Amino acid sequence: MSDRPIKHAVVLGAFCLGFGTLLAATDLVTHQPIEDRHMEDLQNSLVQVIPPGIHDNNPVTDAIMVKDEAGKDVTVYRAKKDGKVTGVAYALEGSGYGGPISLLLGVDAEGKILGVRATAHKETPGLGDKIDPAKTDWILRFTGLSLGNPPEDKWKVKKDGGYFDQFAGATITPRGVVTAIKGGMDFFTAHKAEMTEVR
Amino acid sequence: MSADYGRIFKDGLWENNGVLCQMLGMCPTMAMTTSATNGLGMGLATLVVMATSNLLIAALRGYITTQVRIPVFILIIAAMVTLVDLTMNAYMHELYKVLGLFIPLIVSNCLPLGRAEVFAAREPVLPSFCDGLAMGLGFTAALTVIGACREIIGSGTLFADASLLLGPAFKVIELKILPQDSGILVAVLPPGGFLFTGLMLAGKRLLDIRAGKPIVMAGAHGM
Repeated sequence: MSDRPIKHAVVLGAFCLGFGTLLAATDLVTHQPIEDRHMEDLQNSLVQVIPPGIHDNNPVTDAIMVKDEAGKDVTVYRAKKDGKVTGVAYALEGSGYGGPISLLLGVDAEGKILGVRATAHKETPGLGDKIDPAKTDWILRFTGLSLGNPPEDKWKVKKDGGYFDQFAGATITPRGVVTAIKGGMDFFTAHKAEMTEVR
Repeated sequence: MSADYGRIFKDGLWENNGVLCQMLGMCPTMAMTTSATNGLGMGLATLVVMATSNLLIAALRGYITTQVRIPVFILIIAAMVTLVDLTMNAYMHELYKVLGLFIPLIVSNCLPLGRAEVFAAREPVLPSFCDGLAMGLGFTAALTVIGACREIIGSGTLFADASLLLGPAFKVIELKILPQDSGILVAVLPPGGFLFTGLMLAGKRLLDIRAGKPIVMAGAHGM
């Protein structure tokens, strides 16, 4: 065959088709296991913010969509016991020093925090990463609190005149987390009926 | 004609090491070496991609025309990376959670592409596979050593979380070298990546001078 451009196009096309097929096949095989792993991950984080004792359903599959103030859909996982909603959990995003901090917040039906966890963050090791319960128990102190306890205007770090400790050398991280949790609590107050009503 | 396998491995591991001599793949070298375990994991993932992509490219080299070779190489490397990405996500999920973010970055690592162009496109299958293996091993070694230095100085540990990567049997190599919180933080922050990579490069040069070898500024072109 001569060195016509069409030849190169055919070669390139053939390779694309071949490797495209290979990847499609791999995706077919790994799709289900990957889905399962994500489900397990979600379940593992949900267990930390919704105590297993308060529900008899699987919150991962019992999820509803609630629109937040910005019109964005938030997935709310619901814990139910005897058909009544006993708690809800949803993801929040705070802004940290190293980028967004993903949080998971669990709240009981009365608006009391069941637990908060940072599920993903890029905070500085040794400074901002103290929000990780493996490093310090800072984030565990939110458990049991609600809007009103401490009072709403105290939902800030101490440096800003609030109730919560910052870390030595890192204020931006805890400030971002406290602000995000406060936002999450406001979200609960605004949508309480929607979240706890059983259809 | 038999290939000189000793030469191939010597080149990959030391003489023409991907990081220390060719200075390719600097992005994962600096971004992923915050601990020895991370460096090792990134190195091993790159090794798998390099060995398989070199093998495939050498096997298919008769069909790849010169004019479209670069896109075909990138296609093959990207396909291998995606394969590794999906497989790890499905079957080595704990490890994937540590490395997952960085696996797609292998596509943009110039080292696999460099080896495809310089070696696999001209040599038979077995030597090419060995070249990928050797270059991958050299890459892994460099990343692990840089990671170890940064980890000891920055966090005071060595091979922390290695059992996550290699299995519970490797819990014994997780060492605490310095008392907690006494590390020099900058070593594990991004600037530390530049500092320690630079020190490694200087170290290699020093050893070469000691050994009486002529200094060749290899870089990406002089492979």
